[in-house]
Amino acid sequence: MPSTYTSGEQVEVYRFSIPATVGFPLLALFLQAFVPRRFPLFSYLDLPLLVTIFFAMARRNPISGLLTGAVIGLVQDSLGGLPLGLYGIAKTVVGFGASSLGVKLDVENAGARLLVTLAFYLVHAAVYFTVARGLVSLTLNWSWSRGFLAGLANAVLGVVIYFFLDKFKQRT
Amino acid sequence: MESVLGRYRNLIILVGVLFLQVLGLAVQVKRGGADTENTRLIRIWTVGAITPFERSVVWVQRGVGNIWHNYFYLRGVRAENRDLKEQIEHMRIEQVRLSEDAAQARRLQTLLAFKEQFISKTVAAQVIGSSGSDLSRIIYIDKGGDAGLQRDMAVITADGIVGKVMLVYPSVSQVLLINDQTSGVGSILEKSRLQGVLRGTANGEVVLERVMSDEQVPVGETVLTSGGDQIFPKGLPVGTVANVANGKDLFLNIKIRAAANLDKLEEVLVLVEKQERQATAEDNVRVRAADILAQRLPSVPDKPEDASAAAANSAGTGSGTGTPIGSAKPVSTANPQSKPAGWASVPQVKSSSATTTARVPAGASPAGPSSPRAASAGTPSTGAPSAGTSAPVGSTTVATPAEHKITVVRSNVPFIAPSNVAGNPAAGSKPPAGPNKSATAPSAGPSTKPAQSPSMKPVPPAPAQPSVPPPDPKPSNSQPPADNPQ
Repeated sequence: MPSTYTSGEQVEVYRFSIPATVGFPLLALFLQAFVPRRFPLFSYLDLPLLVTIFFAMARRNPISGLLTGAVIGLVQDSLGGLPLGLYGIAKTVVGFGASSLGVKLDVENAGARLLVTLAFYLVHAAVYFTVARGLVSLTLNWSWSRGFLAGLANAVLGVVIYFFLDKFKQRT
Repeated sequence: MESVLGRYRNLIILVGVLFLQVLGLAVQVKRGGADTENTRLIRIWTVGAITPFERSVVWVQRGVGNIWHNYFYLRGVRAENRDLKEQIEHMRIEQVRLSEDAAQARRLQTLLAFKEQFISKTVAAQVIGSSGSDLSRIIYIDKGGDAGLQRDMAVITADGIVGKVMLVYPSVSQVLLINDQTSGVGSILEKSRLQGVLRGTANGEVVLERVMSDEQVPVGETVLTSGGDQIFPKGLPVGTVANVANGKDLFLNIKIRAAANLDKLEEVLVLVEKQERQATAEDNVRVRAADILAQRLPSVPDKPEDASAAAANSAGTGSGTGTPIGSAKPVSTANPQSKPAGWASVPQVKSSSATTTARVPAGASPAGPSSPRAASAGTPSTGAPSAGTSAPVGSTTVATPAEHKITVVRSNVPFIAPSNVAGNPAAGSKPPAGPNKSATAPSAGPSTKPAQSPSMKPVPPAPAQPSVPPPDPKPSNSQPPADNPQ
């Protein structure tokens, strides 16, 4: 089912309870830090990114989206050993983009969510790559195949997670 | 103006937030690395929020796993037990062989006054989490400052090295793995002894850098830590060479297969205490029958200073040992045959160009079982400090705690060589040989080489002569039986 264009007045804006707002990002960060030690392939997934995209698209507020992305990204940065801001900047951009897109598009159906998540995964990877190489001088190798496959895996998982998280939406 | 701000409000805020983060990033990069000290607060909050869950899950997982494996899933345990017993038997045989090699290595290290680093204390820790990113190879362990961990401590497993402690929190620590691209470990190839720097790559591989391309590095060669990074003790296994190719800038591109499974770490050891001490040959050296016998024989009591000096003045005259001097005697006369011709003991004479000092406790028995070895190893078995490497080569000064100093001056000048006196078993120009050679050969390490060495300056006889009285035909102190060659 193709995405439908809607006006800003037509789309529904959702909000979330405080436990859900705090709990799901924390849960995503916890799983991201914990599971890859047991299942190394899990590190291809980026649960905090999926949560950022979901909250940004559901709230449909660019400021809220970019702040959500910035906070989740900075917390994710602080779990690693690299300077703070790499994930922060990338997720800020994604949060802003997803919420801006959510205002203009109907992103409630699975197909749209799959494509949007895949696209934002690549945007996230590109921003991270640029900042890491340009500002921090990290040696990174860009791989389209890896990026696309990882993006696809994230998109598929994202669709599943979004349907679960939809249950916690509250109409404004 | 207001309409413009209102229209582009979201964009302006986005730019502002991005600008702040870029600024913060630039400050951290400028201050060096991740600047963990100044960003410590947010890291503490994050770790404090995340790790309790991780610890709980690991605790539950471990408990359930233990119950399952210890009480239910016991299939094949009997066969495994049998295999392990066989393995123990094989390893015992191997251990005997290796202990011989180790003893030999210790003796050689002692010769060189080699300083070794020993792992004296480790703390076992459980891996509870990671950074969750491919680009930051970091793990979290469930031990922190409360357990005595500090920054830059080495983290290992039984298989090989893992990484080093980066950040320490009260109950959790962050460990930088060796395959992170910001890590570096001083390494050495086991056989070719080529040194390089072990680094991680963005893909999580481990490479050995700084090995020149004209060197031959076989695939499969073992890589060990070199100890040069002051974090990992020397000799810990790092991995094996997996692939060798020509790299950039005249260096080889050597990929290493890490010995430890860095992707599936569960338990690790943190080296919380290292000791650097002189290698001693006593630990594993067999005790000779003569040494045991000597222990049971009455020892010669220490002489007072004057008597000792007088005895020293008569050194090297009758017995041929050259140094029947109080408590210091056994040190320099462990084996009468061991002293090459051209050596003499001169009390209270210190050659300015060549002295090697060893201290012997005042109560040390001249016939003590380890005395010869103490002299030979340069490290008294009584635990006294061993010969320092910084001491010049050429003579041996033995000092008791009561500041009795006896200097054994090495020289090939004939007139201070009472060992050439007839009847001296060591007379002659050739170094002695015999069963005790091994015990006395290392007597001063490299400095015990005969004075015929062209690089060695002979000790001028003139300064030593006044303090050396005419040789006493009678030995002032009899040689204990234990010091006789077997």
